[in-house]
Order: sequence, then structure tokens, then C-alpha cells
Amino acid sequence: MSNVPAVVGTERVKRGMAEMLKGGVIMDVVNVEQAKIAEDAGAVAVMALERVPADIRAEGGVSRMSDPDMIDAIVAAVSIPVMAKARIGHFAEAQILQSLGVDYIDESEVLSPADYANHIDKWQFTVPFVCGATNLGEALRRLTEGAAMIRSKGEAGTGDVSNAVTHMRKILGQIRSLTSMSKDELYVAAKELQAPYDLVKEVADTGRLPVVLFTAGGIATPADAALMMQLGADGVFVGSGIFKSGDPAKRAEAIVQATLHYDSPDVVAKVSRGLGEAMVGLNVADIPVHHRLEDRGW
Amino acid sequence: MTATPRIGVLALQGDVREHALALAEVGAEVARVRSAADLGSVEALVIPGGESTTMSKLALSNDLMEPLREARRAGMPMYGSCAGMIMLADRVTDARPDQETIGGIDITVRRNAFGRQVDSFESDLIVAGIGADPLHAVFIRAPWVESAGPEVEVLASVVSEVGAGTIVAVRQGPLLATSFHPELTGDLRIHRMFVEIVRHSR
Repeated sequence: MSNVPAVVGTERVKRGMAEMLKGGVIMDVVNVEQAKIAEDAGAVAVMALERVPADIRAEGGVSRMSDPDMIDAIVAAVSIPVMAKARIGHFAEAQILQSLGVDYIDESEVLSPADYANHIDKWQFTVPFVCGATNLGEALRRLTEGAAMIRSKGEAGTGDVSNAVTHMRKILGQIRSLTSMSKDELYVAAKELQAPYDLVKEVADTGRLPVVLFTAGGIATPADAALMMQLGADGVFVGSGIFKSGDPAKRAEAIVQATLHYDSPDVVAKVSRGLGEAMVGLNVADIPVHHRLEDRGW
Repeated sequence: MTATPRIGVLALQGDVREHALALAEVGAEVARVRSAADLGSVEALVIPGGESTTMSKLALSNDLMEPLREARRAGMPMYGSCAGMIMLADRVTDARPDQETIGGIDITVRRNAFGRQVDSFESDLIVAGIGADPLHAVFIRAPWVESAGPEVEVLASVVSEVGAGTIVAVRQGPLLATSFHPELTGDLRIHRMFVEIVRHSR
């Protein structure tokens, strides 16, 4: 054999990359020091951003893609994959992140949206994308645009896991109900989900999303991670929960172990001891509706 | 012996499910391995794709690294894909200095040798021992084999332009390793080969 082509940026290598992260914890970091703590704790990847969601929430203002120098420094400092966030619809930020060599882009509602109608056309990129979703229709629309991984949105920067639970139950519940529908009902289901029929049919046939489904937004304790894994998440994103807590290194490792041993309460109990203070937290119900991040994305 | 082989998949992190499905499809009984007790209940082990830095740390923090090494020394057949190949390598370059492996295959592997995720690719290969038809291989932040000792049988090398000639599949006795992910493509020939190795090791 000679002159065999090597093809990059295929759907399979993009989705496959996310398969390799399963069972793992992806941690938000804002500098090299935090990235190293995350790697030492057993994170499967780090998410580089300029402010963790709790600070974005507290300080307000427009949140954007991180400084390229900071991303370069984190890429150089750790051997695990590095992800970074782009604003919803901001394809130029995504182009920059791809050129910096990040391993995954999160088109994220945590940053200020750049486009209130369109998401990024993710098929145009070699680098894969993860996107948030609050329900199955939203997840399938993101896949239609080329996302290769989905995370439930939750409500970032709160330390309140309730929205993550709501979104995970919603997505998986809608999948379960598709599997029990007759073939002719799937046409209406596609209309109601506002998603393409072929994808709806595929989910109904297989009983699962065609990509990896992580959870995010409000996970702050080992018990939160175990809860989300038992509900059916493939893995966990932790944002403010680690570096806004009393002992980040210890809490990071505890969340990693709880994600691995999610179905062993004895282990989760053991790693939950002596972690110091959890992030202060903010009840989602106390946040004015127009300040909630879950509603960003369409 | 014709008994169904009972094969474990190391379930610390990674694409455990895909390997478990592939093994079941080629007729193995599959068990997930997260503890030394789990390991004691299987006759062979697949180490899945994943993040090798994390997998190595979790094996250490869950007191599994030594039992894995003992099982390997006692002759347990093992197959590793991607991160799993790194776990079975005697030597690793471009890794954190504290990254430990199970070892057993006399190779030096280079982590992320083909580059970052934007360089991940698919290409066809000829793999010795599975027939003449090319195998469609998926490489994701993949390692390659930088050098191999005399006991190591080279089963496949890259033929596409990127990384041409680099070794990406090896076998040493009952240990098998690939840089690529046959568990993602539905081509079951590598898993079938491993089950044959398991049967012959009895």
C-alpha cells in the first residue's frame, strides 16, 4: 500500500476524542498553577478560561475568549488535553482557538453570547466542539451544527446542582420516551423537538445520543459528581466548584475519585471527608431570570 | 479448551463501553475491572483508550498498579489501545516524569506523537495476522512506537504520508498493543486476534 490518505477532522475523530474522556472530570482553570493542580488531581482535561463562572457572575461585564498567551502557557504546562471556551456564535474566537492548538472548543453560554440567533457552524472546523443543552431538542440542534460532544448546561457558577439534575433528567427522559414511540409518532416528535427527523430516528433506534454526554453547571462536591454519574452522565465538568473552595487540590482529587466510584457510596463517603469549605454557592431560585445562563443558546 | 474466555476491561476511565461491546461481539464474556478482586476474576485484560496520565494516576491511587504488574508477570494476556498501549510500554517519552506504566512490552512509546487533537486522523493500514484486507484505523492524540526490542513483533506501521513508517501495532508474547482504536470502527479483527491469543495462552 502506498499513497494512502490520512484524513483529519472527521466526525469519527472528533466524537472519538470525547469517548476517551469518559468517566473523567474536566476542570475549569484560569492559570498555569491551577492547571497543574487539576492534572495532579487526575483531571482528564482542563478548560482554560479567563474567569471562572462564579467570578463572571459576581463581577459582571462582557466575558470573552481567554488571552492566547494564557492558553499557550497552559498548553505548555500540562500533558492532558486542553479545552477553551468561545462565545456562542463567535466563529472568529473559535478560529483563533483552533489556531492555538486547543484540543476541544466549548461554545459556551458561560461567556457573553456574540450572536443571539446563530450558533457557530462547527462543521467548518478541524477541532471538535462541545456544546451545552437543557433538553434533547437543543442537544440535537447542536449536533446538527457539528458539535461532537454534549454537556448538560446546569447553572454555572452557582454550586447549586439542581439545574444540572433537571437538564440531565430532561435529556435522558426525552430519549427514553422516543424509544417507546411508534415509527409514525417520530415525525411529530422531531417537529416538537425542533430537531432533524434523521437524528431523532437514530436516537429512538439506539436509545442514546450518538455522542458523549457530560454534565456541567453547579457540581461542587463529590456527592454532586456521584449523583450526576448515577443519573447517566458519561463524565463531569467542574467549574467554580474546585478553585472557589477551601482546599482545591484535595477537593479536585475527591471529585475525580467520586466520579470513578460513583456507585460505591462507601468510597464517596470516604473521599468526602476533610475537604474544607465548599464554594459558598448561590441558589438558582434566587437568581433573577435574566441573569441565568441556562437560557443562552437557541 | 473451548470455554468462553472471560476478559476484563480496565474501567478506570476511557472508552470502556466500546471495548466491552467489541469483546462481547467476538464471543467473550466481559467484566469491568476496577479493583484487584475484579482482576482476579478474569483471565485476560483489555486496557482501553483514554487519557494515559489520568489512567496511570488512578491505577496508583486505587492500589491497582502493582496487582496489574503481578498479573502481567504471571502471564495474563493483555491488549491495550492508545492509552492502553502506553500503559503496556516499558518506556514512555513526552510524558510527565512521574507517569508509571504496567509495562511488559519492550518498547519506547512517544505520547501524542502525531500532534494535538487537530492532527488526529483516520487512515488505512495492513496489520500482520488479521488477513490481507486493509484495516481502517482511527488515531486520536495517538502515541507511536519509537523503538522496539528484539522480542517485539511489529504488526503494523503507518503508510500514509503523516508519520509514514512509524510503528503503531506490536505484540510480545501474550501482550498486544495498538496506537489506534479498533473499538471505534466496528472492524473486530483485532479483538478476534486477542481472543485467539487468550485461548492459546491457556
